[in-house]
Amino acid sequence: MSTADNRHTPRLSLGPISYYWPKDTVEDFYAMVADAPVDIVYLGETVCSKRNQVRFDDWLAIAERLADAGKEVVLSTLSLLEAESELLRLRAICGQDRFLVEANDIGAVHLLQGRPFVVGHSVNVYNEHTLDLLARQGCSRWVLPVELTHDTLAQMQRARPDGVETEVMAYGRLPLAYSARCFTARARNLPKDDCRYACIDHPDGMVVTTQDDNRFLALNGIQTQSARTMNLLPALVQMRELGVDILRLSPQSQHMDKVIALFHAALSGAQDPSDASAQLERLMPTGACDGYWYGGAGMDLHAPAAASVTAA
Amino acid sequence: MELVCPAGNLPSLKAAVDNGANAVYTGFRDDTNARHFAGLNFTQDKLAEGVRYARRKGVRVFIALNTYPRPDGFSRWQQAVDRAADLGVDALIAADIGVLDYAARTHPQLNLHLSVQGSATNYEALRFYQEHFGVKRAVLPRVLSMSQIRHVIDNSPVEVEVFAFGSLCVMVEGRCILSSYATGRSPNTYGACSPASHVEWVETPTGLDTRLGGVLIQRHPKGENVGYPTLCKGTFQAGGNTYHAIEEPTSLNAMELLPELAAAGVKALKIEGRQRSPVYVAQVTRVWRQALDAFERAPEQFAPRPEWTAELGKVSEGAQTTLGAYHRPWQ
Repeated sequence: MSTADNRHTPRLSLGPISYYWPKDTVEDFYAMVADAPVDIVYLGETVCSKRNQVRFDDWLAIAERLADAGKEVVLSTLSLLEAESELLRLRAICGQDRFLVEANDIGAVHLLQGRPFVVGHSVNVYNEHTLDLLARQGCSRWVLPVELTHDTLAQMQRARPDGVETEVMAYGRLPLAYSARCFTARARNLPKDDCRYACIDHPDGMVVTTQDDNRFLALNGIQTQSARTMNLLPALVQMRELGVDILRLSPQSQHMDKVIALFHAALSGAQDPSDASAQLERLMPTGACDGYWYGGAGMDLHAPAAASVTAA
Repeated sequence: MELVCPAGNLPSLKAAVDNGANAVYTGFRDDTNARHFAGLNFTQDKLAEGVRYARRKGVRVFIALNTYPRPDGFSRWQQAVDRAADLGVDALIAADIGVLDYAARTHPQLNLHLSVQGSATNYEALRFYQEHFGVKRAVLPRVLSMSQIRHVIDNSPVEVEVFAFGSLCVMVEGRCILSSYATGRSPNTYGACSPASHVEWVETPTGLDTRLGGVLIQRHPKGENVGYPTLCKGTFQAGGNTYHAIEEPTSLNAMELLPELAAAGVKALKIEGRQRSPVYVAQVTRVWRQALDAFERAPEQFAPRPEWTAELGKVSEGAQTTLGAYHRPWQ
């Protein structure tokens, strides 16, 4: 079988906004997205249930506008579910049947089982037996957990159940951890219960630097991210060969239109992935990493294109 | 409430059994469990000996198989499940859906507990694990407040076990990959956080730096006590301040919450520390046994005795303790 046919050109998706942006910013962002060359858009709050600039009905309105613009819309869900109020909101999302839903916790899988759903990267699908069981519950698409390597993905693809699509996070600050504690509020000496929505001041998270000035992590409320932006565009040929169906781009506050355009240009063959990656690196808030894909530390940078840029 | 104590090796297992544990939890000597440290854990024979020792004293033995196998390693986890079943352990503590599914189908008589690494923080998740695998008990991540624990238990189809004492994970267990971001190895994949293989201790003109995967975690002035460079407990800069940006080196101690935990319906209390010494296991088990016995004799009058708190303080990380997430203001 030829691997060069069009079936193996991955589609592009835009992941949910992981930060807390003002409502107007969110509206403007998705107005841009409506005209941008992405196929799938994931919407909704996935990090903190206290963030209330954009409410459920607002998300549904944005979803309808994007659907009208020809996008496949998926409603995403909270990654850390603790309070009953959070489960109530989850039930509202899982209870609608207009849009596909992405489960970011097994609790959401429990509510969605029996109909098609997406399993996000914070659900630990580390082997084909797990994926197989989830597929039997209705999982129609899974997202590779971000710490897994291309080699593990290759093994997963060989054993992938029929009818399940594979999505890989290909661009963005990496989600590394979730906590009950809000680190943004902590940085301001505020208790979580009186956080004053501190994270609205950090549209790409708050950078944590080591004492020898290495920009290391980004605090995003209860989530900890990498400071570096993961970029797998240089691995595009490999991802095509592995039959990856969808590449996910995780939103950042600046230049997201350009990021989407560069990925689209590389996917359509209009631009060499290495050239596009060199341009991408100039758009990142801190710099690039890709170590997980190659089996190293997540913060490492392996891609040859990037290496030549550094050497230049 | 059942007192569940750590047993990183046979001497620790005996220390736990002899000092009043109701159950001990163990692991095999490889990456199938989340305390995969050099020299730690049990061979098949040692564990058989441990099971016999515990049985004679009426103590239950659990085994943790709570890491996440990737496809090329899955058969080793299957074999570990089979070996655990052959040993007749009282429960298997697992996190991965594939492992739970294999254990439930192959050994239907084996009790399954959902590991803390399974990241189940809500009762909808607990229902999933109960419906699909017949899980009997779940260990809750150390991120829930006391009222959230009560609410989970009120709606849970399974028994609930919580952490009572020991090193504190500030992140949801099973969903933290900070360690592999710096080293390539995480609890999920490798069974260890901040692995010793990637730690460096570097003398500097002003003292000592500790690094993990080359990342500066802690800068100690000369003469300061040097702790292990666990990534989330390092000193970093954010917003113009230099501080423990994520968490101080501190231990969880929930003893003063015993009455509330019992009233909430918690079935078991877990002591962390399979990587700690038999002396630690003996001390902590003895103190908690005394506390639980005192609570059962006179629940209304229960308060931690100063000597218990002092003894637990001595073995705590950073010699500090906290109520962690159980106490809402900590969050």
